[in-house]
Amino acid sequence: MAGLSLKNLGRRFGTFEAVKDLNLDIAQGEFVSLLGPSGCGKTTTLRMIAGFIDPTAGTIDLDGKILSAPSGSLPPEKRGMSMIFQSYAIWPNMTVFENVAFGLRLRKVPSADIKRQVHDMLNVVRMGELADRYPSELSGGQQQRVALARAVVIKPAVLLLDEPLSNLDANLREEMRFEIRRMHDEFKITTVYVTHDQSEAMVTSNRIAVMNQGRIEQVDEPYKLYSRPKTRFVASFIGRTNFLNGTKTGDTASFEGFQVPLNALAEKAPDGGAVTISLRPQAIRLHRANPAVSGKIALGGRIAERAFLGETWDYQFAARDGGLTLKVAAPPDTVFEVGAEAWVELDPGEMVPIA
Amino acid sequence: MNVSTDALGTTASGGRVSRLAMFQPVMLVWVALAAILVFLIVAPMEELVVSSFQHADTGDFTLENYAAAYSKPRYIQALWNTLKMGAAVVALAIVFAVPLAWAVARTDMPGRGFMRLAMLGSFISPPYLSAIGWILLAGPNAGWINKAWQWVTGDPGRIVNVFTFEGLVFVMASNVFFLIYIFTHSAFEMVNSEMEDSANILGAGPLRTAFKVTFPLILPAILGSAIITFLISIALYGVPALISIPARYPVVVIQLSEFFGNTPIQLEVAAAYSIPLLLITAVLLGLQRLVLRRRTHTTVTGKGGERRIVKLGAWRWVMFAYAMIVALLTLVAPTFVLFVAAFSKVWTRGLEWSNLTFRNFYYIVFEHSTSQQAIVTSLAVGAAAASVAIILALGIAYIVQRRLLPFAGALSFLAMAPFVVPGIVLAIGFFAAYAPPPFALYGGVSILILAFITRFLPVAYTASAAGIRAIHPEMEEAVRSLGGGRLTAVRHVVAPLLKRTLFAGWLLIFIPAAQELSTAIFLIGPKTRLVSVLVLDMSEEGRYEHLAALGCVLLVILALLVWAGFKIAGRDFMLRRDAS
Repeated sequence: MAGLSLKNLGRRFGTFEAVKDLNLDIAQGEFVSLLGPSGCGKTTTLRMIAGFIDPTAGTIDLDGKILSAPSGSLPPEKRGMSMIFQSYAIWPNMTVFENVAFGLRLRKVPSADIKRQVHDMLNVVRMGELADRYPSELSGGQQQRVALARAVVIKPAVLLLDEPLSNLDANLREEMRFEIRRMHDEFKITTVYVTHDQSEAMVTSNRIAVMNQGRIEQVDEPYKLYSRPKTRFVASFIGRTNFLNGTKTGDTASFEGFQVPLNALAEKAPDGGAVTISLRPQAIRLHRANPAVSGKIALGGRIAERAFLGETWDYQFAARDGGLTLKVAAPPDTVFEVGAEAWVELDPGEMVPIA
Repeated sequence: MNVSTDALGTTASGGRVSRLAMFQPVMLVWVALAAILVFLIVAPMEELVVSSFQHADTGDFTLENYAAAYSKPRYIQALWNTLKMGAAVVALAIVFAVPLAWAVARTDMPGRGFMRLAMLGSFISPPYLSAIGWILLAGPNAGWINKAWQWVTGDPGRIVNVFTFEGLVFVMASNVFFLIYIFTHSAFEMVNSEMEDSANILGAGPLRTAFKVTFPLILPAILGSAIITFLISIALYGVPALISIPARYPVVVIQLSEFFGNTPIQLEVAAAYSIPLLLITAVLLGLQRLVLRRRTHTTVTGKGGERRIVKLGAWRWVMFAYAMIVALLTLVAPTFVLFVAAFSKVWTRGLEWSNLTFRNFYYIVFEHSTSQQAIVTSLAVGAAAASVAIILALGIAYIVQRRLLPFAGALSFLAMAPFVVPGIVLAIGFFAAYAPPPFALYGGVSILILAFITRFLPVAYTASAAGIRAIHPEMEEAVRSLGGGRLTAVRHVVAPLLKRTLFAGWLLIFIPAAQELSTAIFLIGPKTRLVSVLVLDMSEEGRYEHLAALGCVLLVILALLVWAGFKIAGRDFMLRRDAS
């Protein structure tokens, strides 16, 4: 098949298993992020794709050809990929032009073509004016644009990005996210992007693979990942959430203070007697009186804590019956004092059972 | 979109990656480097040890060489003398170096810039030239100081004599103390004022702070460099050759040259006699490692924060006087005398207009073919050794730092190993390994170059490893991800970025290599000439004026090169030496 395919991929360092039995198919032209906390194996996976690390189990293949296997791997320079590094890795002994032209020169492209292609690419990343500068004369953001141009100008089979924005300040980071997305939309290069920043992954990616402890927990589109997390880890790593533990009896799930028919939940609950659901704070509505909407659940209680975050109020709601507490996000005009009586309205359709 | 995998010649197909596609030329490089290191280090050392157990004629196993080497009381005496001398040299060197290092690094003493320059002078000036300077100054009969004393007081006696144990220790110390200075100076620079401030704010006075905080922080640096200084002084050949023989104070290196000077050469006995030197060095360097490992704790936390300059008040002039006296005694006076002698018709007449001549220089540079040849050979051998050592070290350091291959650690161990081998012992090993057939290298310059490469490989390796460590691996990974191999990355990225470091490292090797005596003395053939060896010959013949002129020519050439180094590599390139 066309595209990049990781099959049962594993990598061991001594006794430590950095990546375990990882399977991922990336279609031609797709943009996939590997998202996870530090030490989850995402960078190891990326470096295996690049060829800097050999796998100890499984294979990596591109368009049906095997690149990496425990028996041996193609060195990085023969993979026709390109990579953007956390440190930018712009060569300080070469000008911007020479940096970008390097890959083309290695491919023995005629020099007139190199000149044209490099200038076109530098214009795409808005660095056309600075072609003769040396890297020490550039800002961090400019260096990252050069890195982007240098990696994309060779039209790689796969573009790999290793936390490319983590050294930039917040504003620049936001701008560069869209820059990377725009480059992808323009050139449609198969891209693998490693990051620990969920909003970076959400802006740029077609799909996100959330990794934890060497495994992929879930691969999905950004919206699905947020609204339908499959595991406890994914639900808590992507945004904030409430976890509610309950028990199954017949067709009903019982939680502290309320019951829900199992078929009303967002997804089919996993087998077993216990059930845990994830309920986003944004999916909970706060009322001054019992809303009494049919099909929804209403619980009375009071506001235990609150914090104003600018775009939302962050409330801690404590139910009157039982010890249930819930995080609730509310728009800025929904103001409750601490200690005030309140009602929450819960939608079973927003309750996602997780593994 | 056009996928360029095939354009790069990917040979992978079907189920596995082809062997040819996986092959990386760096593996061949490893094999080549390992072979070179075996040739340069393992073989001579193995030959040294083996021949110490071999019968000179039959080659059978024997302990006779050891019996011969330790048969006479004076042989044992020489060993004991050497240790005594080494300890005294280190003690005096610490007295010279530590106060100076503190004053230059941490106080407002005047003349700090001059002292930096003086330390550089100490590095450039070879020990045997300074020893000659002191012979001219403090020789028992014709020495200037005694002459001046006699002229002023009318007393026919003498007040100084360089040909004594004290004279030997003094001249040695004034040539090796700059190493302790460099280490201690950088340790003082690492001690953050905030550490001292925190002691102050908790109630410690300046004296208490100095003894409880500052001094313990720099102690490892002093101890570490003292050990190296000890090892350098017990293995130094030039100064003992000029002073300890007339002083009737036998030391190991002189005894070794005696074994070598006999006909036939008692190589096996010399080998047996040099083993203790090797063992002492290995043990002490192990100790030094231990001491310096503790030091790194302080230096890591010592970064950042500013260093406050201690205001000495009136004491600054006392410190200044001390610094000037040290500089005068160790560098300025002997060098000055050497220059005066070089411009004199007869050196004993001293500074007189009628005594002034340029004849000595004319003779050395234009008439005396031996010294012309010696200058050219010394510089060429130094340059060749420095260049090869740097290239070799760069290759090894690169493989080790980038963890390219398994067992790279073995390469770095071998590259650093010559550090535990005193130059003169190394020379015996080289002689044992490569003088006999099939190599039969003795007599030419090639054996000198090879031995010098080995001798200075640790310095080259330290400089290269530090340089490569400073280059982010992603710089090269970027090349590789764009389709360039390891070698492309080295050529287009690593090498250009290392240029300055490598040049500084090259100079750090070239300067001592161009004046190296200890390693050369046993390896030089009857027809080869080096400035260092020629200076020793001329001093035996008492031709001090010619010798001085030759020494001055060498000094001026080296000083010019160092000056060029400053221009190209920056002011502090000399001070960035690690454990060398």
